[in-house]
Amino acid sequence: MSRHGELGLSDDDVRNMYRYMLMTRALDDRLWLLNRAGKIPFVVSCKGQEGAQVGAAFALEAGRDYVLPYYRDLGVALVFGQTATDVMLSGFAKWEDPNSGGRQMPGHFGSRRHRIVTGSSPVSTQIPHAVGVALAARLRGERLVAYTSFGEGSSNQGDFHEACNFAGVHRLPVVFFCENNGYAISVPVKKQLGCERVADRATGYGFPGVTVDGNDVLGVYSAMKEAVERALRGEGPTLVEALTYRLNPHSSDDDDRVYRTREEVEDAKNRDAVIAFGQYLQAQGVLSDETVGDLRKEIAQLVDAATEYAEKASYAPPEEALKYVYAE
Amino acid sequence: MTVKLYIDAIRDAIQEEMRRDASVFVLGEDVGVRGGVFRVTQGLIEEFGEARIMDTPLAESAIAGVAIGAAAYGMKPIAEIQFADFIMPAMNQIISEAAKMRYRSNNDWHCPLVIRAPYGGGVHGALYHSQSLEALFYHVPGLKIVMPATAADAKGLLTSAIRDPDPVLYFEHKGMYRLIKDDVPDGEHTVPIGKAAVRRQGADITVITYGLMVHHALEAAQELESEGVSTELLDLRTVAPLDRDAIVAAARKTGKVLIVHEDNKTGGVGAEVSAIIAEEALFDLDAPIARLCGPDIPAMPFSPPMERFYMLDPDKIAAAMRRLAAF
Repeated sequence: MSRHGELGLSDDDVRNMYRYMLMTRALDDRLWLLNRAGKIPFVVSCKGQEGAQVGAAFALEAGRDYVLPYYRDLGVALVFGQTATDVMLSGFAKWEDPNSGGRQMPGHFGSRRHRIVTGSSPVSTQIPHAVGVALAARLRGERLVAYTSFGEGSSNQGDFHEACNFAGVHRLPVVFFCENNGYAISVPVKKQLGCERVADRATGYGFPGVTVDGNDVLGVYSAMKEAVERALRGEGPTLVEALTYRLNPHSSDDDDRVYRTREEVEDAKNRDAVIAFGQYLQAQGVLSDETVGDLRKEIAQLVDAATEYAEKASYAPPEEALKYVYAE
Repeated sequence: MTVKLYIDAIRDAIQEEMRRDASVFVLGEDVGVRGGVFRVTQGLIEEFGEARIMDTPLAESAIAGVAIGAAAYGMKPIAEIQFADFIMPAMNQIISEAAKMRYRSNNDWHCPLVIRAPYGGGVHGALYHSQSLEALFYHVPGLKIVMPATAADAKGLLTSAIRDPDPVLYFEHKGMYRLIKDDVPDGEHTVPIGKAAVRRQGADITVITYGLMVHHALEAAQELESEGVSTELLDLRTVAPLDRDAIVAAARKTGKVLIVHEDNKTGGVGAEVSAIIAEEALFDLDAPIARLCGPDIPAMPFSPPMERFYMLDPDKIAAAMRRLAAF
């Protein structure tokens, strides 16, 4: 039996996962390009982390679960229902942007109908919110998981600690997903963590912490699935740490050449999950060169159409800035 | 009508709203078994159980942050911060998150949350159990701040705050818990957020204040009445958003305005009240706008003489009113 089969994933499932990874990569590349072309003022990239994100999101259930993603979690937002057009509308800050109506920077996901809870820029603030969602769901008797993601740098914030402890005390159905990409902007893990792994911290909160290779999509899926099932069984939270790498600078305004070598980045590109997962699927006979080609073409067309739509879409009238401070 | 203590009126509002709406729950430090360090939530865990009267870990940012998540989900949490002075670790959650959730999601998400916090001095609370912190939040659009002065308003404003679709900070003066009692309407009672109340009609001077100072100012006004000075006294009740119409009307009525608050002076709510009057009623004034506030020192000292020096009282307010009346 194939590895994905053993995890309960059908060929269609893994094909779909790969499609989401390609879509995430294509959108990320396009946003970056549009920024470099001077068409959008800011981008924050998830390039290199797509495998971890899609692996994690597939262990959840859209429609049932809530996600509280951090700003790099484009793959999760897509799996939970945002479209290429939504992403581009956000990039261009257009009125129809479902996250914020053009108010927030790209990467600040949120849509009630997809159960993606609105996020902000100060890191880790979403982590206690996930605990609150899980607590509220328990009070209401609703069976679900609250997923929240963050970087390893953000795991130093008090909100991470306070939220993990709260969830641990009350054994709440939360999955804390750390995408450890090695850098908090320029500061490497060795200057961020006093312990070896972010997952080590879970011990202090009384729940399991596991570290997985973030480039191993199925490994991430497997660890996340276990965490989700544990949460649904009422056994409490899990901290899953995916070791990954950000191939782009932190944001379109960052220059990573001052804090990491080109060799290091090139080496990471060789371990890119998009390549590895594609090779796995081809080896399994799930995909062929031809189907991959068709898929890439289809996605390119979607991204082109989304870009064109978003570029032409209207900005909100300036006075819209005054709306929704309070309920109207 | 039943005469109630301020503290009991707060508890009544919580209890009645929890009975009415299963979405309402309380979380905070010591709110459960202990019934709150001031006993505001006493007896509630017996009725509602520990899931809805939740003792949390000692971590204010989590209290606020978890409440925000629950509110986003659709609950109506009442988070208690044990002393307003300890709200600082939750500032980021309140200002970056609760206040902006509706705005940043273009009305898609919202945060129907109440944060209750005992504030105020004169209770030997020293630097960190005495502060008035409304001005720190006053500047933040997206928040509402209520500061009731009577038992009736304590109940009515808390009921309104719980039902409000946006985050409301509910500052209750700890010195009033067992000092203030008045008639509270029986049964359901709401007081609209954003509406001030005229506590005393007068023709010579206007005092605009809120919280415990309402009572000190009423006492001072009584004294001045015997000296032939009649005072219009406006209790703001809500400090954000301010009741501009009531402020301007009260200023115009006498042309002489004294603003009183326990919080220190610089950048306080009084500064904004003063600016509103200057913008909208300058030519109706017969005297410069006066402010009587706590001194601009970091907080209230423990030493009783220094504490009394900080706190305003009816005598200090009466003196300021006399100066204004004589202008």
